[in-house]
Amino acid sequence: MKRLLWISVLLFLAVPLFAQSGGELRFSIYSEPKTFHPLRTEEISSDTIRYLTSGVLLRLDRITQKAEPELATSWKVLDGGKRIRFTLRQGVHFSDGTPFSAADVAYTVQQLMDPDLHSTTGDAFRSGSGKVVTRVVSPGEIEIIFAAPVAGLAELFDTVAMLSAQSPQKEMAVAGPFYVAEHRAGSYILLKKNPYYWKKDSAGRQLPYLDSIRLDIQQNDEIQALRYSRGEIHLINRVAPGIFDKLAAQGTAVQDVGVSTDTEFLWFNQVANAPIADYKRAWFASANFRRAVSEAINRDDLARVAFHQHASPAVGIVSPVNRFWFNSKLVRHPYDPASALRRLQQDGFHLDNGVLRDKTGHEVEFAITARAGDEARQQMAAMIQQDLKKIGVKVNIAPVEMSALIERITTSFNYEACLAGHTRVTLDPNAQMNIWLSSADTHQWNPAQKSPATPWEAEIDKLMRAQASSSDERERKKYWDRVQEIAWEQEPFIYLVNKHTLVAIAPSIKNAQPSTLYPQAFWNVEHLSLNH
Amino acid sequence: MKTARIMAAIVLVLAGAAALGAHYLAPAGYEQQFRMSPDAPPSTQHLLGTDDLGRDRMARLLYGTRVSLFLAPIAAGIATILAAFFGGMAGYFGGWVERCALLFVDLFLSIPWLFLLITVRAVLPLNISPQNSVIITFLLLGFLGWAASARVICAGTKELMKSEFVWLARASGFSGFKLIRLHLMPNLRGTLLAQFWISVPVFIITEANLGALGLGVTEPLPSLGSLLGELQSVIVLRPHPWQFLPLVILIVVVSCFQTLLNSSEVRT
Repeated sequence: MKRLLWISVLLFLAVPLFAQSGGELRFSIYSEPKTFHPLRTEEISSDTIRYLTSGVLLRLDRITQKAEPELATSWKVLDGGKRIRFTLRQGVHFSDGTPFSAADVAYTVQQLMDPDLHSTTGDAFRSGSGKVVTRVVSPGEIEIIFAAPVAGLAELFDTVAMLSAQSPQKEMAVAGPFYVAEHRAGSYILLKKNPYYWKKDSAGRQLPYLDSIRLDIQQNDEIQALRYSRGEIHLINRVAPGIFDKLAAQGTAVQDVGVSTDTEFLWFNQVANAPIADYKRAWFASANFRRAVSEAINRDDLARVAFHQHASPAVGIVSPVNRFWFNSKLVRHPYDPASALRRLQQDGFHLDNGVLRDKTGHEVEFAITARAGDEARQQMAAMIQQDLKKIGVKVNIAPVEMSALIERITTSFNYEACLAGHTRVTLDPNAQMNIWLSSADTHQWNPAQKSPATPWEAEIDKLMRAQASSSDERERKKYWDRVQEIAWEQEPFIYLVNKHTLVAIAPSIKNAQPSTLYPQAFWNVEHLSLNH
Repeated sequence: MKTARIMAAIVLVLAGAAALGAHYLAPAGYEQQFRMSPDAPPSTQHLLGTDDLGRDRMARLLYGTRVSLFLAPIAAGIATILAAFFGGMAGYFGGWVERCALLFVDLFLSIPWLFLLITVRAVLPLNISPQNSVIITFLLLGFLGWAASARVICAGTKELMKSEFVWLARASGFSGFKLIRLHLMPNLRGTLLAQFWISVPVFIITEANLGALGLGVTEPLPSLGSLLGELQSVIVLRPHPWQFLPLVILIVVVSCFQTLLNSSEVRT
């Protein structure tokens, strides 16, 4: 009897232990990863593999938004962002057993900055002309010296995967929680637990809890949702608003985590040589016209109807969820068609039997281009069409297939207005240099300008460069706040809504802490476990 | 068979009358957004409920049927005229004219239809009104969809050219336009009508395919194609069975056209 009692006690204690470990987590990625090289990732599928497999020196906690030690136990930014010194964790090994040391960090930095690698991760570190130098102080300490100060330097290492200088497996040897064990092209990728992973939980047990992760390649949102509702996959990292409501109605576990950093916006073509009529170019160049359009759009309705209440009206460039960098003095543009008409009258527009005409008598009519098949954007366009009809503006909707759309907005500039969105992975304003500098190719409303076309764009250029070359966070915030104010006043991008982060996480997954920041549902993957 | 034809004709006349009278029958405008009640189930105010933007489904179905039901025959008419011209010319002249015309026809047939339509639609100007977009879409269908019929008409013409009464006519001095008008056209009428009736449902379905890709008739104007776009969502199907109605209408209309087509084939 006593023996039976002991067995019962042991079984009782063992249950939570087994529940905490083992098992295979399954979810889907949208496409075949273009690369497994962690420094060359450009699209979301490759980036997902990178996140799940790579060891980094420090990691941004997706809840607190603060950098936490990983392979580096501490770090210090020196010379105003020109140098950074890392103290490395001891006893760390890559997935093939080769030890991790300062030499690996030096090798990684050399690879990262190699122009032949074309690493977009490395682009963020290119602050000035000249080489990036590494100095191995000791096997456990390294200093990286840049040609010029790099803004937000430490946080940039969140995405820099450490490579092994010695491993014969090259970039496939990883220091993260999982490694790539199997890849069936077009079908799935199997990641297995890294037996050498360094991290332990508070009870001293080695992480990750999971044995493996199977990533099925599945493009279709509907099929992903169907598989999730049948229990064939455990999570969906980003659920479309319409699908979210259907899953919720079926009683399937879904969660609205809150406002994300993703924005949806509208812009008018202001390219000088674009094949559009001169009188239309004059409308689009007018801040009064853009602000009138902005004020005539009912953002509350867009969020409520097109996004099924899973979006919030946007204020400007930065989402309020980006707590530090958001300019809290800004308020969202009001929905006020009467004010919109007053603004238009200032520019000589007038209503003629319900039709808005400019001072030369041209009827105000333009086409909004959006990607064909993007349901939410098509719905937003249809709602904007109805809203602008109230101030006499005729809007035509032109759905265009994706590659044709990219050609129109980047090469031929043969469009009038475009509806699109930004997905922000990093919070730092440095990540937006390629949008706000007037010389940038992705300065969408008027890209690759030789010199700024307007005084306010010149001011933004100056402010963006100033914030990029400063390491004083408060000073950078001041510059970035002013950029946000100018963008709010001029509205080259008419920000419409910030989408909510919608995730689906099966109740069998323990320790999930979904965040509004990428990768929303599995950012703490090493702590996730399956309840058998 | 006769009863089936009469029933099909009655259904098409009713559908046509409902579509024509959409302005009087629809409880609201097809573009009016009742934003406080999006995706609402059927009610006394909205007999078929509302769509994602709060637009009355009944109104959109009536107007959508009007667009598809009246423009598809126009496109079919254009396609049949083009097919008659190229196919008839090939069959009438024979020799190198026939070879050239059939080469042109084969070229058209070898191009993937949907791809061609998407490409042509994409290079058109963006700033076109919904009314113009619907006309352009069906004109495109008409101008691009004649090739298969042309082969049938060519074969029919060649057959006629070998017939005794055409030989007699030619021996009696009939040639050119007179021969075509008096002897070929009346005898090809059945083939041409059959090609016309075949094209009508094909064009309705092709527009539906384009609409499902977001490249057909533009917002806010509905068509059967754009209404069918909603059915892409497999999860949506379960809770909202009334969303199947455009599909039911499409099947009924196409079936009725097919029934009439069979009858016209019997007569030829």
